[in-house]
Amino acid sequence: MRVNRRKFLAGTAAIAGAAAFPMPSIAQAAPFKIGLLTVKTGPLAAGGIQMEGGVVTFLKQRNYKLAGRKVDFISADTGGNPAGAKTKAQELIERDNVDVILGPLAAFELLAISDYVAEHKTPMLSLAAAEDITQRKPNPYFVRASATSSQAMKPLADYAAKELKLKKVITIVEDFAFGYEQMGGFQQVFEDDGGRVLKKIWTPIVTPDYTPYLAQISGVDAVIQGFAGSNPVKFMKQYADQGLKYPVLTGETGGDDAELHSFGDEAVGMISACPYTIDFENETNKRFIADFTKEVGNLPGFYAAGLYVNGQVVEAALKATGGKSADKAALVKAMRASHLTDTPRGPVRFDDKGNVIGNIFVRKIVKENGKLWQKTLKTYTNISQFWPYDEKKFLAQPVYSRDFPPLKS
Amino acid sequence: MNLWLLLAINSITFGGLLFLLSAGFSLIFGLMRIPNLTHGSMFMLGAYVGASMVMTFHLPFWIGAAIAALAVAVFGGLIERFLLRRLAGAEQAQVLVTLGISLIVADFCLMVWTGDPISVATPPDLVGGVRFIGVFFPTYRIAIILIACVIGALLWELLDRTRLGAMIRAGVDDPQMARVVGIRVSRLFTIVFCLGAALAGFGGIMGAPILSVYPGLDNDMLPLALVVVILGGTGSLLGSLVGSFVIGFIYNYGQALFPELAYFVLFLPMVVVLVLRPQGLFGKQAP
Repeated sequence: MRVNRRKFLAGTAAIAGAAAFPMPSIAQAAPFKIGLLTVKTGPLAAGGIQMEGGVVTFLKQRNYKLAGRKVDFISADTGGNPAGAKTKAQELIERDNVDVILGPLAAFELLAISDYVAEHKTPMLSLAAAEDITQRKPNPYFVRASATSSQAMKPLADYAAKELKLKKVITIVEDFAFGYEQMGGFQQVFEDDGGRVLKKIWTPIVTPDYTPYLAQISGVDAVIQGFAGSNPVKFMKQYADQGLKYPVLTGETGGDDAELHSFGDEAVGMISACPYTIDFENETNKRFIADFTKEVGNLPGFYAAGLYVNGQVVEAALKATGGKSADKAALVKAMRASHLTDTPRGPVRFDDKGNVIGNIFVRKIVKENGKLWQKTLKTYTNISQFWPYDEKKFLAQPVYSRDFPPLKS
Repeated sequence: MNLWLLLAINSITFGGLLFLLSAGFSLIFGLMRIPNLTHGSMFMLGAYVGASMVMTFHLPFWIGAAIAALAVAVFGGLIERFLLRRLAGAEQAQVLVTLGISLIVADFCLMVWTGDPISVATPPDLVGGVRFIGVFFPTYRIAIILIACVIGALLWELLDRTRLGAMIRAGVDDPQMARVVGIRVSRLFTIVFCLGAALAGFGGIMGAPILSVYPGLDNDMLPLALVVVILGGTGSLLGSLVGSFVIGFIYNYGQALFPELAYFVLFLPMVVVLVLRPQGLFGKQAP
């Protein structure tokens, strides 16, 4: 196509017009604005691209219409750092006037904006797993439809102790809050069920070579890893190269379905616990996987599924308020009150702190027709962030950390 | 006892990888006086290109590795010839340009290879390992050590025994004087830059079966190259060799013995050397 001067002018005028004058319209017919804080550049991009794919898949299935209202979708790239998250959150809230924020991805991004977003009374649905955001320091505008750091690790520990009859394990995970909280939860349940954690190994987030740590692993029944991002793939390869044969158990990031095509055969047999599983049998999940794969060109994992469910929660809340979104407190209340029966991860509801109660799947990586796939071993239903403990008792203990629970000597 | 042996062999392997990465970095720094901040990206680019060759096009590992080294060498040559050459003498501008290119490369890789990590299969002949006095030695790691030794010997031969090597050494020691006696130092720049890039790219694909390939690999490796070169001394092959193995040992033993202080232990020798012997262990006193 040749672009002559007239066409060029017409085009730029249209763009400028659209940017300068958002369509004025009466409140009810105004589009509902969803802002996504995701990561599309840098080392965390794989998860961020999954997140965006999850929302876009959902919105396309609904034809960009929720509860009768047209949806405007705005995606912002935080670059995976707290400063970027803050800047983009401000843009979404103050410039774009979004009705709800989905994301961000990482806990340190969430912590950087949590107070700001609460001050501006904007509902936020994030995957970031930092426990205290829905426990000891709750944010009233926060909803989490995925899981806290330890929510899947506790059923995993239960499975390890009761079904696999493991007695002694070593844990290995990155040296940051997500790692402490994952392994803290695992240790507490595992030891209450009669197991013992012999040693907890913390590795720097950036660790090109895990062998110095792998060299310390011996005399156990299994190894529990909790790595995230690109680390699990690297870890499993080096683990096998080192000739280690102990079974490996992990949480949602360590055995993510989206990484099935990245893992080598050394990951076959790895058992993971996750709030989503690709082999969950229902129509919604089948359609989700098909549409997502078409959209993104890769299998969806729990980041994508989490954002899809977030979309469903927003839809349910909008239906409950009759499409009204001006009263943000009412909107969050409706989100937390929503009972979804049909999501890619099965039924989902929320506790009064905004955290999800739902299925946790314990599954195993198998090789089928030359490709890696997940096979569910056991489904733990109605798992809350406190399970298996009483809420009051759980909140009375400190948040899981490097030193809590302490190792038994 | 076994732990110590295992750590020792891992230290040497990691040192071998670091040597491939830092030898070129050191030569470029020594000759051109710029810290080439794209060096980590070249490592990553080599790893990605090689991974594609091996995993997607199913070429034999060594052919894939050769293509990766060649591709990165061409890339390095282009950068030197068309960007850095124009900024000759403006070191600050060169540093900024190399930093900028490293960011562009990172996003380029993200676009082409997506953000998912790629796990590269170990070459089939080198899978497995040998058990020796109760310790498991992965064959591939032993191969890396041998390859690093061979490349080190070849580089030494090149620098010490050939005319080209003599010219490079002259350029490192005193570029003005080298020009005066008729050495085309700018052409040396291109050659050394290509060589350094090829080594980094080759190191990338050699490391891929161990480290896997993922966005951010560049930033993981660049600081290690910096530490090695500062420790060993810029422009000195022996310096990068010794520096690589010293860092390999410190990295491995440090992480095993003081995991909480892993990074502190890693960078401590660099600080000590900077204070006591700023030119590095084997570097020449600045003229």
